[in-house]
Amino acid sequence: MKRFLLAASVAAFAISGPVWAADHLTIGIQLEPPHLDPTGAAAGAIDDVTYGNIFEGLTRFTEDGSIVPSLAESWQISNDGLTYTFKLRDGVQFHDGTDMNAEDVKFSLDRARGDDSTNAQKGLFAGIADVVVVDPLTVEVRLSETDGNFLFNMAWGDAAIVAPESIGTIKTNPIGTGAFKFSNWVQGDRVELVRNDAYWGQAAALESATFKFISDPIAAFSAMMAGDLDAFSQFPAPENLVQFEADDRYKVLIGSTEGETILSTNNKAAPFDNVNVRKALALAINRQEIIDGAQFGYGTPIGTHFAPHHPAFVELTGNSPHDPDAARALLAEAGLADGVTVSLKLPPPSYARRGGEIIAAQLRAVGINTEISNLEWAQWLEEVFRNKDYNLTIVAHTEPMDIGIYANPDYYFQYDNAVFQALMGELRRTTDEEIRSQLLQQAQRIISEDYVNGFLFQLPRLTVAKREVEGLWANAPTQAVDLTGVRWAK
Amino acid sequence: MTGLRRLNWPLAIGAALVAIFASAAVISLVWTPHDVTGMNISARLKIPGDGYLLGTDHFGRDMLSMLMAGAQTSISVAILAVGIGMVLGVPLGLAAAANRGGLDEMIMRANDLAFAFPALVIAILITAVFGPSAVNAIIAIGIFNIPVFARLTRGAALSLWTREFILAARVSGKGRTRISVEHILPNIANLLVVQGTIQFSLGILAEAGLSYVGLGAQPPVPSWGRMLADSQTLVGLAPHLALVPGLAIILTVLGLNLLGDGLRDALDPKLRVGRT
Amino acid sequence: MLGYLTKRLVSLLASLFVASVVIFSVVEVVPGDPAAFMLGMNARPDTIAALRAELGLDGSVVERYLAWVGGMMRGDFGISYTYRTPVADMIADRLWVSLPLALFALTLTVVIAIPAGLFAASRRGRAGDYSIVGATQIGIAVPNFWFAMILILIFAIQLRWFSAGGFPGWQDGFWTGLKALVLPAVALALPQAAILTRVMRSSLIEVLGEDFMRTARAKGLSSGAAIWRHGLRNALIPVLTIIGLQFAFLLAGGIIIEQVFALPGLGRLVFQAISQRDLIVVESVVMLLVFAVIMTNFLVDLAYVAVDPRLRRRA
Repeated sequence: MKRFLLAASVAAFAISGPVWAADHLTIGIQLEPPHLDPTGAAAGAIDDVTYGNIFEGLTRFTEDGSIVPSLAESWQISNDGLTYTFKLRDGVQFHDGTDMNAEDVKFSLDRARGDDSTNAQKGLFAGIADVVVVDPLTVEVRLSETDGNFLFNMAWGDAAIVAPESIGTIKTNPIGTGAFKFSNWVQGDRVELVRNDAYWGQAAALESATFKFISDPIAAFSAMMAGDLDAFSQFPAPENLVQFEADDRYKVLIGSTEGETILSTNNKAAPFDNVNVRKALALAINRQEIIDGAQFGYGTPIGTHFAPHHPAFVELTGNSPHDPDAARALLAEAGLADGVTVSLKLPPPSYARRGGEIIAAQLRAVGINTEISNLEWAQWLEEVFRNKDYNLTIVAHTEPMDIGIYANPDYYFQYDNAVFQALMGELRRTTDEEIRSQLLQQAQRIISEDYVNGFLFQLPRLTVAKREVEGLWANAPTQAVDLTGVRWAK
Repeated sequence: MTGLRRLNWPLAIGAALVAIFASAAVISLVWTPHDVTGMNISARLKIPGDGYLLGTDHFGRDMLSMLMAGAQTSISVAILAVGIGMVLGVPLGLAAAANRGGLDEMIMRANDLAFAFPALVIAILITAVFGPSAVNAIIAIGIFNIPVFARLTRGAALSLWTREFILAARVSGKGRTRISVEHILPNIANLLVVQGTIQFSLGILAEAGLSYVGLGAQPPVPSWGRMLADSQTLVGLAPHLALVPGLAIILTVLGLNLLGDGLRDALDPKLRVGRT
Repeated sequence: MLGYLTKRLVSLLASLFVASVVIFSVVEVVPGDPAAFMLGMNARPDTIAALRAELGLDGSVVERYLAWVGGMMRGDFGISYTYRTPVADMIADRLWVSLPLALFALTLTVVIAIPAGLFAASRRGRAGDYSIVGATQIGIAVPNFWFAMILILIFAIQLRWFSAGGFPGWQDGFWTGLKALVLPAVALALPQAAILTRVMRSSLIEVLGEDFMRTARAKGLSSGAAIWRHGLRNALIPVLTIIGLQFAFLLAGGIIIEQVFALPGLGRLVFQAISQRDLIVVESVVMLLVFAVIMTNFLVDLAYVAVDPRLRRRA
């Protein structure tokens, strides 16, 4: 009898509480995705949840940023560099049990580049001239000109392979090919995933995973401290990391991102249409103080628009050392000895709001007065990004390998340099890695020496996790919280 | 009755608290212990004492200096918001009382409607349209002061319109507008001052709330609400960042409320609540 | 009575109409394009145009106003631009947080305020009265978001009795859900309880001074019994009005508190929707909140008539 009671109470306990076995993970992220279609919006939170977990593309990023085969098992590039023939993996099924084949690839790519496409990165597909289904497992992509970035482009979350059958409900019930299936979404709180047991590759170690959305840094902090969360990806408040580092229940992963945080400058509006004034701006900035003050020390100084962990990176902070006296002299030379007032428009992230206050103080010291206005993203996109109604703003450009934005004279910093534009054209047509690397280095030097923007620091990727959680990505080569390799230490 | 009993305690305490913060605001115009916006990252998060009476914030700015300058922001926003409410609300209330009927009905319905709107949501929308700034915070708070003063004025004015001295004025041929200005207004001034004090304290709270969600005065202009918002994630490391501005808000609002109660007692013995 | 009802109903409908026009116009002039927001910095103009068409943002202002109001009358609040789910469902989901939170906070408010007010009124002018009046002064002066921060600091971070934020939902059991609402409800209730205590106290004091109470006392009823038998019922009228107003306030006024505690309630939904320019959500939720207040006032007016026979005769 006694034994029976014991067994019954154990069973009751197992049913009643949310007792997760060691194969469940609850991970916090700051923002809730608006929906779960990575091919239909820019929100990074969509990729956080879906990239690699639910959806896969022809190629994919690995943690170190390299590009490896994913749904495409292999590919051949024609001699003129214009035709890519992808051999698809056999036996891949979508979560609804239908086969993934060449028709799905054609559908996905055509949908992304079509006239009524709402793909946030439509530019990735701009070079595609035609997609041809050769047989169910072979697809041919023809480009209008050679593109050294094509395989890289196909690894983005926005290039995920989706199925025509499930496209109608993709936003609330995403059906992909990944190692996790979508299971439930409690809006405003969490998304739940379960393991896809029919996965074509190495099955996930976790049986299920929950993404919990906690926007408030203090709530995130105490949820971690209380043990409600097993991990938090991109922890929003670097000032709290000290407390996690001091606590042996937790570990802090400090990795790299593709986010160059820059003091974007309107190159067409006075006074920063003058390269010497831009140089003065660069010399007035004290990067270390910004990293210490806004990021509590987490961040790598940069002197150009390029990720420091990339092999082609050139260290160029020497072009703009902190030198207020030289800055004042340059301003005087430009006829601004009596000071000048400019606008500084800041989007919501704390690196921008805090960094902005510090930069305002640093600029004030050399005679540049700033009028700060804090904007929401929607306002920022309209005023700064679209209408270019600003002098200075701070933003992290998180897209990987995005130095090409400096070749677009209509981009919001309005930098118009024919030499740079020609260089980017050449880069696009080049597939040889060695030459590409040289071109990239040249490009980094040009924008650094033209002081196009104030180059501040590379945004770090800060992840907090319980000590026993293994296999989380420390780095973020793209926006992703890849859980396929995550497991609990035994 | 001893002298102590007769002393108007709420008035005295309230006036003292308000005087402290008002003078801090005024002094901050000419002097603060440190530069209000001056940063010193290496001296950040210092606890109170040692060169910084109330410690420093996450940028190494002096909390006392920011508090003094923040008092100036809070007080000016709240005063101007009360001003908007009075300047627009009192005439509306007087007009409603003087012209019973259609106009009165319309004004009062509009009043009810204004009360029905969630004030904070509207304030957020206003700042979404015009951008966040101290001026827009004043407008957002001021709008919701209009119906308060309109309703109060109308109620008080209505009871006066039946009094003999008003009747006498009407017999002597004075117009409704003239009577409202010459006879009604002076007689309800006390009431308006008392309500003004209360709205003033609510304005301080509202300004703090708006700044807390980032919709009030923009940096580097210090504001108590933004100091609190900045302290959020640091409260575990440096509790004084949250305590200092929080206590400043509480003491100021408390002071104003006590002052309001005290004034009511002093100006209108009939309304006395505590003692009769 | 019937005439009064008709008059109140007409003004109710007129108010709702004016409110809908005001809300729609304000939301209409908010700058920022929801489509541009959703597609981010690398979006091309043709993509943004395609999304605008998909969201139905290219109709005329009048068309969209009529579609919105017409839909609401049928219970169709439209489809959220960002989430692409029916706004009505989103509101219903969020109400499961906001409504219990408002009720919880209101219950706390009433449970604290009524006895405190009674006590103060019955000890009028004595130490007990002064300490309660003093406490209410402080309660009114405390900004609730600051109080919320302090509660988190003490009860979530130091003592770890409650989690600092988030809402697990009701499916894990009533108590789990309720526990997550304790700190937010306390933070919301404190200033409201202070206000209600003061109303209760002064209302009782006024009633106690009235003739019929003096008569009751003269008949030999003790002070306590007099308060219970006659005072309370009459004193409750203004208290009822304030409770009605407070409920409406708590439903909408929790925005900052919901933000601090990361609660997925109505307030946070509006706040988020404004920043994402999910305008259809903003319009519908604000309209709903205004509707709730107008209806509450309407019902409180009716309750007045029911509670106070003198008003009934006048009506």
